[in-house]
Amino acid sequence: MALSLKQLDSITSAFNAKEQAYDKIIRVCCGTGCITSGANRVLEGVLTAVEREGLSSKVLVKKTGCHGLCERGPIVTLGNDEILYQSVGKRDVAADVDLLLKTVTEGKVADKLLFRDSARKEKYTSSLDIPFYKGQKRIVLAMNGLINPEEIDDYIAHGGYRAPFRAFQMTPEEIIDWVTKGGLRGRGGGGFLTGRKWSSARAAKGGLKYVLANGDEGDPGAFMDRSLMEGNPHAVIEGMVIGGYTIGAQQGYIYVRDEYPLAVSRLTKAIEQARDYNMLGHDVFGSGFDFDLEIYRGGGAFVCGESTALMSSLEGKSGEPRDKYVHTVEHGLWDKPTNLNNVETWANVPHIINNGLDWYTSIGTKKSTGTKIFSLVGKVNNTGLIEVPMGISLREIIFGLGGGIRGKRQFKAVQTGGPSGGCIPEQHLDMPVDFDSLTSIGSMMGSGGMIVMDERNCMVDVARYFLRFLTEESCGKCVPCREGTRRMHEILDRICKGAGKIEDLMHLEELGKALQWGAICGLGQSAPNPVLSTIRYFSDEYKAHIIEGRCPAGVCKEITTFTIMEEKCTGCMRCAAECPMGAIIGEKKEPQRIDDLRCITCGICYDVCSFDAIKIG
Amino acid sequence: MEINKEKLDEIILKYGRDKAHLLAIFQDVQKEYRYLPKEAVRHICMRLGMPQVDGFEVATFYKSFSLKPRGKHTVHVCLGTACHLKGGADVLLSFMRELKVKTGETTADGAFTLESVNCLGACALAPLVRVDEKDFGKTTVAQSRNIIRDFTDHH
Repeated sequence: MALSLKQLDSITSAFNAKEQAYDKIIRVCCGTGCITSGANRVLEGVLTAVEREGLSSKVLVKKTGCHGLCERGPIVTLGNDEILYQSVGKRDVAADVDLLLKTVTEGKVADKLLFRDSARKEKYTSSLDIPFYKGQKRIVLAMNGLINPEEIDDYIAHGGYRAPFRAFQMTPEEIIDWVTKGGLRGRGGGGFLTGRKWSSARAAKGGLKYVLANGDEGDPGAFMDRSLMEGNPHAVIEGMVIGGYTIGAQQGYIYVRDEYPLAVSRLTKAIEQARDYNMLGHDVFGSGFDFDLEIYRGGGAFVCGESTALMSSLEGKSGEPRDKYVHTVEHGLWDKPTNLNNVETWANVPHIINNGLDWYTSIGTKKSTGTKIFSLVGKVNNTGLIEVPMGISLREIIFGLGGGIRGKRQFKAVQTGGPSGGCIPEQHLDMPVDFDSLTSIGSMMGSGGMIVMDERNCMVDVARYFLRFLTEESCGKCVPCREGTRRMHEILDRICKGAGKIEDLMHLEELGKALQWGAICGLGQSAPNPVLSTIRYFSDEYKAHIIEGRCPAGVCKEITTFTIMEEKCTGCMRCAAECPMGAIIGEKKEPQRIDDLRCITCGICYDVCSFDAIKIG
Repeated sequence: MEINKEKLDEIILKYGRDKAHLLAIFQDVQKEYRYLPKEAVRHICMRLGMPQVDGFEVATFYKSFSLKPRGKHTVHVCLGTACHLKGGADVLLSFMRELKVKTGETTADGAFTLESVNCLGACALAPLVRVDEKDFGKTTVAQSRNIIRDFTDHH
C-alpha cells in the first residue's frame, strides 16, 4: 500500500520525536575517506563507551555519509553542527573517545580535536565557521553528514520523498518546462540541458522506455558521485522516480563503478527500503504509475561513463561507444528510448520540484544555474568535497575554501574536467566557474574533479599521465583515438625522457586536432585537451625539457638529479631520516651527500628540507 | 583447473540465465575463484547460448576481470590524478621492489597480486593503496613493507 503525504509526515514526527528524546547526538562520518582513516574503529569505540557509561538513553550515536573534509577524517560532529572534531582516533581511539564523551557529559570542548586551518593558523569549534564550509552552498550535499544513509526514515524526516507527490500533481510537460526553465544542465560533464533531453525522451515513440543514472565516475581525481551515492542514496532514487514519471519510463538502472563497493551496498539497501514503502514498484506513491530500479555494477572501464558505451555495457556487452547520429533518447538501451543523467543531476531534481523555479534560478549564473559539487584535491591545504554556487571564482575555491597551497609553495595550475579537461594557469584564476567559461579557456567542467598543482608538479608529466591513462582506457574501436592517443603518449614520453625534438610540439598539436575531428566519442574527441592546454599555457616547460634537457619541477626521473648544496646544508639529517632508500650519507651536523646509485629521485629530500639546501638539476 | 559446474549453474540461474547479466555473472564467478577461469567462461557461454568469442570479448575488455589466477591478496595501488601528483608511481615502484613482481603479476608463492588502478575515489587521502577490501591513505614509499607484512601474517 502506497504511503500518503500524511503518512510521510507522521514518519517524520515519529522519527524526530525519537531523536529529540536524546540529549545529544554524536555523528560519526562513515564515508569511504573516513573509513580509510579508521572511522569504523571510532564508531565502535563510541558505541561501547556510551553503553559502558550508561548513556545509551541520553546519547544517540549515528553513522552518516561523507562530510567532505575527507583529509581530516575521521570526522565526528556533535549536536547540529555545533562542534566538529577532526582526525578523531587517528593516534589513540580510546583517548579521543574519552574526550568526546567528556564534551557530551561535561560540555568540555576538546581543544586538540578541533579543526585548525593551517593557512590561517586559526581554530574553529563549529563547522559553520570553518572557511572550507562557510564558502559552500550545500543543497545536494545538505543531508550528507547529517542523516544515516541506511535509514529511509531519516531521509524522510529531513524532507525526503516529498517531491514526487508534488510532481505527480503536475503534467510531465509541466515538469519538463520547470526543469528546462530552471536551467539544470548535466552534471556529468557535458552540460547539456536536462529538460531538453527529457523532452526528447518523452516525445520518442515506443511503449517501453528507460531512465539511467550514470554512477560510473571514472575521472581520476573525482569522487563527488561516490559520496552522494554513499551519503544520500535516496536523493538519487527520488530524482529518478520523477524522471521516470516525466518521460514515461517504468524501469531505471543505476550504473555504478565496480571500484565503489560501499556505494553499491548503500544503494542496494536504499532501493530495498524504498520498495518496502512502495516508493518503487507498482503504483508508486499511489499515483497509478509503476516504476522500479536496479543496480548494475561496471567492470572497471573508463569509457563506460560515455552514454552509448554505458548502455552497451548494461546490455552485457563490452563497452564500446557508437556514432552519435543515432540518438539514445530514441534508440538507447535495448534500442528503446533511454534517458541517461549523472547521479548528481538526478539528485538536483527533487530540489527544483520542492523549492520552485525562482529559488533555483536565483543560485548560480544565468546560463549555469544551481550549485556544483567539486572534489578539491592535490596540493591545497584543505582537500575534500565542496558544493559551491556556479559562478564562484577558481581563486575563491582554491585560496578561500581550500586555504591556499600547502607549505611554502606557489600555485602553478588547476586541472579540471579529468582526462577530458585541461590545466588552468594563474592568469585565469578569477574566471567564474561555469560550463561555458571553463570551455572557453581550453578546459571543461567535467564531472567536477579539481586538482591543484604547485611548482613541484611537471606539466609535461601531467600531460603524459593523462595520455597514458587514455591509451589504457581507449576502447580501440576507432582509429583516431586508438592510434592517436598512443602516438601522443609516445611523443610525450620521449619529451619527459629528455629525447624530445622541438617539432614534437607541432606534431602533438596536429595529432590533437585529428583526434578532435575524427574520434567517434567524447573520450577521443577531448583526449587532446590535457596536452593542448599545457602546451598553450606552459610551453616554457615543454621547451625546458626539449631544449635544455631538464625538468624544472624535478619530476621526470630520467632528466632529474637531486644534489645537496654543501654551503646550505646544516647536517640536520632530516632528509636522511625520510629517504626511503637510505641514499643520503654523511655525519651529523656535517653537509650530507646523495648516493646517486641508490637514489630513486623521488624528491622526498627536496620536499622536507627546511634550508632549501637541495637543488634540482 | 577443475571448475565446479554446479556452482556456476547456480550463479547463472540467480541471474535468470540472462545474457544482459553477463558482467554480474562474471563478477560473482571471479569472487568465487579470485579470477575468471577460461573453463568457466566457456561453460557460461554454453549455458547462455552465446558464442565463446563474445564471452571472451567481455572478459578481456573490462579491467576488473582476470583470466590468470590471482594471488591470495590483491594490492591495488591507485594512480588517479591526485595520487599521481602525490607520488603514487613511487609507491607502486616500492611495491614492485618489495614483492619482486611487475604490475599485473603474482608473487611466486601466490600470496600477492600487484595491480595499479586509475582512481579509487578517495583522492583527498592520496596516495591510496587498497589491499583486498582495506584502504590505506596517505601512503609513503617506506610504508609498503609494513602493509605487505600486515597481510603476510594472516595467511
